[in-house]
Amino acid sequence: MSERIGLEASHAAAEAVKMADVDVIAAYPITPQTHIPERLAEMVADGELNAAYVPVESEHSAMSTCVGAAAVGARTFTATAGPGLEYMHNVLYIASAMRLPVVMTVANRALSAPLSIWGDHSDAMSVRDTGWIQVFCQNSQEAFDMTLWAFRVGEDPGVLLPVMVHFDGFHLTHVTEPVILPGQEEVDKFLPKFRYPFALDPDKPMTLGAFAPPDIYSEAKVAQEVAIRKSKAVVIQGFREFGEIFGRYYYPVEPYKTEGAKTLLLTMGSFSETAKTVIDTKKDRGESVGLINLRLWRPFPFEELRQAVKGAETLIIFDRCISFGGPGGPVSSEIRSALYGEKEGPEVLSFIGGLGGRDMSAKDFEYVIDRGCEIAQKGSAELFETVGIRGEVTGIRG
Amino acid sequence: MTQKRLRTGIDFTWRDMEVGNVITEAGNAALRETGDWRTQRPIVDKEKCNKCGLCWLYCPDAAIRPLEDGYYEPDLFYCKGCSICAKVCPKEAINMIEEEEK
Repeated sequence: MSERIGLEASHAAAEAVKMADVDVIAAYPITPQTHIPERLAEMVADGELNAAYVPVESEHSAMSTCVGAAAVGARTFTATAGPGLEYMHNVLYIASAMRLPVVMTVANRALSAPLSIWGDHSDAMSVRDTGWIQVFCQNSQEAFDMTLWAFRVGEDPGVLLPVMVHFDGFHLTHVTEPVILPGQEEVDKFLPKFRYPFALDPDKPMTLGAFAPPDIYSEAKVAQEVAIRKSKAVVIQGFREFGEIFGRYYYPVEPYKTEGAKTLLLTMGSFSETAKTVIDTKKDRGESVGLINLRLWRPFPFEELRQAVKGAETLIIFDRCISFGGPGGPVSSEIRSALYGEKEGPEVLSFIGGLGGRDMSAKDFEYVIDRGCEIAQKGSAELFETVGIRGEVTGIRG
Repeated sequence: MTQKRLRTGIDFTWRDMEVGNVITEAGNAALRETGDWRTQRPIVDKEKCNKCGLCWLYCPDAAIRPLEDGYYEPDLFYCKGCSICAKVCPKEAINMIEEEEK
């Protein structure tokens, strides 16, 4: 029996973890992720969830504990944010290379300095290449759905990879929204028991995490790269199965009113919901605009993206992160690269805003689209443009 | 050593890597040639050797084997050429020579 209740994304994710019946949770509290481990600790203490809750002393230890727990075949969860994600950075590579399907929610937060506890995507972009499957959520419902889905996909015998579920710090983690919680029987139908084929077992000794000299390391990395690329089929299958059971269908790339649109805006996470209201307004005014919500970040959905932008003249990417001294927002450079060499592909424009929790309201999204259309006509002297920065920003050229 | 010795780098492609690079066979480090970065190798002079076995005890890689006649012989498949055996030999019966020397 499903029920519709008010939950912030943090508590929605915690509910998903509980319904997934995890075995081990190892987490260190950090704003704005705190409500997730806090709620889970409460569930374990109250006997609602039968799991080992390991109150570690740091994020590096949190991820290391998860690696160890997953290696004995435990369903494993952790959550972090911003600097915490950075602090566990090297262990992220270990989890993915050892093919341990840890699930982690990241309450996206800016990186210091200046110290900021508020949201942007600097943390997510810094772990782009860690070999984790990564998705972004637009709202609390998706925080629940994607967390549950993450276990299904990561633990699939054909995948065995860790999965990161990103949702915006404060804008989602601390905002109460209506969330439909499914019944346990539906969850059990969707999520089979976890069976790790290489679980540590004293009766069957194996070596996990061995050393690799130069004559084998490259082969190991290629095998890992092939595995994450292959995982896309299961990512999509997981979305489909989720839709069939719960009635909410997700896709790697989600176009919104893009049909026949000349100008497309591409956003990730909670930006997408605000952007949709702006697209609605502009559509009503007869403007030829549409939105693309990029859900799947890794493995990158090349084919789906190419399909989604077909026929568009201008593609505006709105990043929440700066690649210092680089080619623009990290998402924009990724998409430029994905579309490079496409015949009749759209012109890709890069905008950056919403850093360190700066609110981007409907009028900011309107500005981005209008300015994007203007650049498409007249060009811009800059490699990328910023949104809502006080003082003129010029000279952003190579 | 009854198992066939392999040169990992030559015999393994990326397709042969187990998921997560797990090693499912116990004790297979013995198959790994660790002597391939040696620049010097030990030469035992049996005339000087008194069969005391210190070289065998001190070898950090267990790359020195006792022979049936009581002498000791470095196993060059594993020997990294560290020269500890030569240093500890009380009879100076072990000499290190450059790998290029035949």
